[in-house]
Amino acid sequence: MSDPGEALASAKAAADRIVRAKRLNACLTPPKELRQSLTKQAQAAHPSGVLYGMPVAVKDNICTLEFTTTCGSRILEGYRSPYEATAVAKLKAAGALIAGKTNCDEFGMGSSTEHSTYGRTLHPFDKTRVPGGSSGGSAALVAAGAVPAGLGSETGGSVRQPASFCGIVGIKPTYGRVSRSGLVAFGSSLDQIGVFGRSVHDAARVLSVISGRDPRDSTCEARDSLRLPTVPESLQGFVIGIPKEYFPPDLAPAVRRACDRAIRLLKELGAAVREVSLPHTQYAVPTYYIIAPAEASSNLARYDGARYGPRFDGARDVRALYRTTRGEGFGPEVRRRILVGTYVLSSGYYDAYYRRAQQMRALIAQDFRNVFDRGVDLLFTPTTPTPAFKAGEKLADPVAMYLSDIFVVTANLAGLPAMSLPIGRVKGLPIGGQLIGQAFLEDEMIEAAYALERVVPAAQDA
Amino acid sequence: MTVAGGGWETVIGLETHVQLRTASKMFCGCSAAFGAPPNTNVCPVCLGLPGALPVPNEQALKLAVRAALALGCTLHPKSVFARKNYFYPDLPKGYQISQFEQPLATQGALSYVSPERGLTTATIVRLHVEEDAGKSLHDRFPKETAIDLNRCGVPLIEIVTGPDFRSPPEARRYLQTLKQVLEYAGISDCDMEKGSLRVDANVSVRRAGATALGTKTEVKNINSFAYVEKALTVERDRQIALLEGGGVVEQQTLLYDSKTNGVRPQRSKEQSHDYRYFPDPDLPPLALTEEFIAQQQAQLPELPATKRERFMTQYALSVNDADVLTGDRAVADYYEAVVHAGADAKLAANWVINEVLADAKTHDEQLRVPPGALAQLIGLVRGGTLSQQAAKRVFAEVAERGGEPRNVAEALGVVQVGDSGVVAGWVTEVLGAHPQEVVRYKQGETKLMPFFVGQVMKVSRGKADPKLAQRILEEKLAA
Repeated sequence: MSDPGEALASAKAAADRIVRAKRLNACLTPPKELRQSLTKQAQAAHPSGVLYGMPVAVKDNICTLEFTTTCGSRILEGYRSPYEATAVAKLKAAGALIAGKTNCDEFGMGSSTEHSTYGRTLHPFDKTRVPGGSSGGSAALVAAGAVPAGLGSETGGSVRQPASFCGIVGIKPTYGRVSRSGLVAFGSSLDQIGVFGRSVHDAARVLSVISGRDPRDSTCEARDSLRLPTVPESLQGFVIGIPKEYFPPDLAPAVRRACDRAIRLLKELGAAVREVSLPHTQYAVPTYYIIAPAEASSNLARYDGARYGPRFDGARDVRALYRTTRGEGFGPEVRRRILVGTYVLSSGYYDAYYRRAQQMRALIAQDFRNVFDRGVDLLFTPTTPTPAFKAGEKLADPVAMYLSDIFVVTANLAGLPAMSLPIGRVKGLPIGGQLIGQAFLEDEMIEAAYALERVVPAAQDA
Repeated sequence: MTVAGGGWETVIGLETHVQLRTASKMFCGCSAAFGAPPNTNVCPVCLGLPGALPVPNEQALKLAVRAALALGCTLHPKSVFARKNYFYPDLPKGYQISQFEQPLATQGALSYVSPERGLTTATIVRLHVEEDAGKSLHDRFPKETAIDLNRCGVPLIEIVTGPDFRSPPEARRYLQTLKQVLEYAGISDCDMEKGSLRVDANVSVRRAGATALGTKTEVKNINSFAYVEKALTVERDRQIALLEGGGVVEQQTLLYDSKTNGVRPQRSKEQSHDYRYFPDPDLPPLALTEEFIAQQQAQLPELPATKRERFMTQYALSVNDADVLTGDRAVADYYEAVVHAGADAKLAANWVINEVLADAKTHDEQLRVPPGALAQLIGLVRGGTLSQQAAKRVFAEVAERGGEPRNVAEALGVVQVGDSGVVAGWVTEVLGAHPQEVVRYKQGETKLMPFFVGQVMKVSRGKADPKLAQRILEEKLAA
């Protein structure tokens, strides 16, 4: 696409599709504002960009100049950032159109997009189910065919898990591959912007554009942007590890069947497949639920009603302002995590929780290095233990909700690139397979995904 | 003195926050300048807006490393930024980026001249880098607090000493020496009035001879050098009075009030935080290469202590004279320029310490007489052309209007008169005017000689050669 008229047409069509998908409650941007902005962006977009005219939906915890950035929270209701995220600026520089802001669990804390002050997002194929989360809005819009690609963010699987639930491709790059500047922080050592696409190619080319060095983020590696691999003829020479800890006895049978089929296809493509072990896997969820809340408790301290965002009460004194604003502005899941995080960092508990969690995190990362050092190029696992669950099913039991991320949090803790792609269905609900790669070797991971995507019957029941 | 009242020893440790002399802030590109209109030097990073991230200022790190080197610290190849979490309206992120478990540097020392113990060494326990908070302005609007975030994110180093000082004047002298070092090396302006040097003190007292430390209090809000000594004295005296009255010292934070010259406890809400320090995940550990450290070492000038020792050996000066002359880098350079222009080192020291610094004090710290001119002036005194008294007049004139000392002396008509006929005339006049003293002198009261010489100098308006005058006086009074 390089004709300005085509960009305008693309913008209008995207706006129409997003508005038609309104029942999903995936897009938080009001239709009129969305249409006007898309038109304006299409007129301004640079025709030579590699994503010229491509509409990309953006999770609402990524700062944009065009729209508000609320993180799904009441505490940032109406908040307009005076600057935009580096990833968004790179998308625009490549000619892409920011196609509205998408619903998410508040500040990325959740696995179902039910913890949003703006209401839950529906699964695009079954309105009684959740699309996954926290980046459920972007995932649902892509799965519904409203946009070809979207940005999400991950702290513990928040792109891969909804990609799996919605039957699309979701990539979480290596920590430090994409700038976090403008991504509203949740757990800074884990956070990374990720991408959704209807195909591996759509997701990968968006990732390629947003990746690369950024002087505004000290944790972003000084590397050039990711170079896209070509679609391989075979996977000859690839060694793919199957970590046994990711196939527990209680894994949903359909998920197991879909994975077995995918593994067989990987072999047929020429890959050598071998079972491996990541012995500290069982500690990943508890480790994650110490480190992420600890960082969150500090990262979310800035929302106090003093400088921006709504202010609740606070006329009496500054302590009352903090108490009321934070008490009413944050939802229950965010409050729960702030309390947990504050507790684990408190003097007297720091060594027992935070320090030990950091030690465990190092062991989990070492597990992966050990496997990769023994010649394994990639790991293949299920993305989630089950397909999309019912709305409300896990709201009363936070630990059950946390365990839906059991296979995805490890890549965040180890900082590794990982992706989910559809590998089958059960009763119409998508099942995702996960590839975990070596740090900064996204290209190898994407190559394998290209090959698998071509042969896997993603739309068939497993 | 180390003992106040009856047999008490004072123990003081200091925590000094020093603003680094950088153009921009610690973690963003905003100007670090003092005095801009409120909330104009701000950006998403220092305002702590959602999604904004810190990026360390390399110049600040260079200056911090130089400070650590200047204070003889052990620099750690890896140090870690940590978050200090607390809620306060002038702290927009809800945490301050500092260093905690792994500071930039530890184990340094600063030698200084104690007013009581002479040359002494203070230990530097640690030196770390951090960012400043904003300012809460309680006096701008009635009943409301205004926030100015211009200072928020300005780079600081914190320098913590051991409990090494034994008196308030000693603590003050250490601070002055620290200021000298940091100014010398271009690390900070150390301007307490502008808040670029701030000090908190830990104070305790114990019975003389005791080895265990007493319970300490922390004194904050000391905002000028003059108040350091006052605040510490007030707190020391308070503790001694308390203990002598049978009471106990409570460990607490106190605020010094310069208006009442007293201390008051900080409100309980303002203290006893659990800061929940943890490594800042937004900032990778700070790695210092040997090469980087060597480059910063090379950037350090000769520091006051080294210079002081060199002045003592090279110019045969006393420790006190050398200390005064090396206190300020500009003064030290000036002194050396005077000596290099040919002046006697000891005479030059006297001139600089007495005349030049006195003149500078009343003239905005300007060293108004060029070093070459001062050297010439010192030469004129030494050669007998000018009396010391006349030379001071010439100095004042040159300072005020410039010119060559020799020409100025002639224009002022103060060139010393060595003509014995003329001097004898002044002697006669003086003896005639003081008949009683003449009688007393002749009766053996020879200590009156300086009086007569002084009178001759007076009537000659400083022009008489004093040695010649004395010889003629002795002759005439012996007659």
